[in-house]
Amino acid sequence: MTTPPPGHNASLAERAYRIRRNALLMGEVQGQGYIAQALDIADVLAVSYFHAMTYRPEDPEWEGRDRFMLSNGHYAIALYAALIEAGIIPQDELETYGSDDSRLPMSGMAAYTPGMEMSGGSLGLGLALTVGRCLGLKRKGSDSFVYTLFSDGELDEGSVWEAIQSAAHWKLDNLIAIVDINNQQADGPSSDVMAFEPLVEKMQAFGWFTQRVDGNDIDAVRAAFDAARAYPGACPRIIIADTLMGKGVPFLEQREKNHFIRVEPHEWQLALQALDAGRTF
Amino acid sequence: MSATTPQKPRLTTSAMIASIASEGQRTRSAPFGHALIELGKQRSDVVGMTADLGKYTDLHLFAKAYPERFYQMGMAEQVLMGAAAGMAREGAMPFVTTYAVFATRRAYDFIHQSIAEEHLNVKIACALPGLTSGYGPSHQATEDLALMRAMPGMTVIDPCDALEIEQAVPAMAAHQGPVYMRLLRGNVPLVLDEYGYQFEIGKARMLRDGPDVLIISSGIMTMRALEVAGALDKDQIGAAVLHVPTIKPLDISTIVREASRPGRLVVVAENHTVIGGLGEAVALALLQAGVSPAFRHIALPDAFLDAGALPTLHDRYGISTSVMTGRLKDWLG
Repeated sequence: MTTPPPGHNASLAERAYRIRRNALLMGEVQGQGYIAQALDIADVLAVSYFHAMTYRPEDPEWEGRDRFMLSNGHYAIALYAALIEAGIIPQDELETYGSDDSRLPMSGMAAYTPGMEMSGGSLGLGLALTVGRCLGLKRKGSDSFVYTLFSDGELDEGSVWEAIQSAAHWKLDNLIAIVDINNQQADGPSSDVMAFEPLVEKMQAFGWFTQRVDGNDIDAVRAAFDAARAYPGACPRIIIADTLMGKGVPFLEQREKNHFIRVEPHEWQLALQALDAGRTF
Repeated sequence: MSATTPQKPRLTTSAMIASIASEGQRTRSAPFGHALIELGKQRSDVVGMTADLGKYTDLHLFAKAYPERFYQMGMAEQVLMGAAAGMAREGAMPFVTTYAVFATRRAYDFIHQSIAEEHLNVKIACALPGLTSGYGPSHQATEDLALMRAMPGMTVIDPCDALEIEQAVPAMAAHQGPVYMRLLRGNVPLVLDEYGYQFEIGKARMLRDGPDVLIISSGIMTMRALEVAGALDKDQIGAAVLHVPTIKPLDISTIVREASRPGRLVVVAENHTVIGGLGEAVALALLQAGVSPAFRHIALPDAFLDAGALPTLHDRYGISTSVMTGRLKDWLG
């Protein structure tokens, strides 16, 4: 990284812990939200922001940065948590999450938040935008990567497959997509709502360098990011990350129908305690 | 039928691509493509993007001139619009082409959320606007203006002829933000050069004056309105024509000023459904300004239109010069 964020010597596990903690604190502000997704994706975000990506926290629009595209805008709570940890958003802004006039709206939008590269919310947009970003970077001769996070539910959207085909056509080797397979979307398990497997074979058939990892195994995620960046082929890359909703807070991991969860006021403290109890560093 | 009945000219039926130029009319070939090449000389940030309709939007000329700045995105309008937004975020100025139906109907959310919401510098130029194809509703963009007008921050242009398209291209580039332009391609009629015309975003222009009726029109309907005005001259009816190429933002002050002049019937003529286009925009502007002249609206019906030859359809739906002339005479009694 050009400028190490504060506390850059912290381990990735510690980063992921703090991202989860930030997310829980934001969830408490609203009493509800996409907190289970934030907990499941924290390890991927820790590796993204504290291992893989190049950026300058004090200059989120720095031309030489790697881009991080949040297609699934409802994961904004998770990305804010990471941006706070990365020093791009001040820690004390966390308490404004989802409130009137906050820079941290519930659904991520580019105009609101430093470090937010796109306006998500309408699922299925991100990968199409990313194709343009990657083409635009190549046009400028930039060697930046574009990391794009989207959800398994978005695989239902035809536009995602348009973009998957397009990215391979254009040989976008500066594109690293991460799809969060937590197998949960609004109406139920993603594989029941619309069967999307076998995803590895599909992505390979589309010409992408494809890896599938346990998205909550930080070492495995880190290795996948390294391999994605190092792969010599002229093709886009995807990391299919199997994750566990609510990861790190056992009673939330076990909660059913956890796409948009309500957490009782007394449970936030319990959640933070459970997260602390699971610390491995 | 007597043997002397002149034979009807053979009409080409329901072709997708049909010329809107009338027989013998002066035309210019591919004004958009040539203007974009010219713009490309001056601005290296201009890129062209299309969804398998380069040839049918005159973008193929730009592609030939600047192959490295041309992006063929395949028949995938959603990724076309999304990728254009991504390109714009990385500093390019994409001129994006497809047919109006596909941009405004299929890719609406992608324009709305990825281009308009971030006010990105993407210029969308779409062929077959309104009723300019006889192919049926799949290719007749009869509601494109209503859709694009409703989008916050979108500038909407409905040019009349080849000259206006040539002038609109650099104006679109100079404008900061997204623009939707209705595109006429192929051999495009040349009309406005006789009026010393200069296009400016947001400006309506009086093309001719007259004491009896004011026709407020956009796009190819201005060409028709000028023909109608010429026909009415012969009956000593004086028709004024106010050309309003920018549907949004609307030049309200010019429209209100001209419609306020007493003694004139006001007729809005547009190549678009009666719903949500220039007619409703003008009516609202006049009501809000407290101006209420006698008002008529020439537009396409709120219906799925027939397939057929364009001249047949323009007659059937009341936007041909002859049908318009007849209706105006009736209204003026």
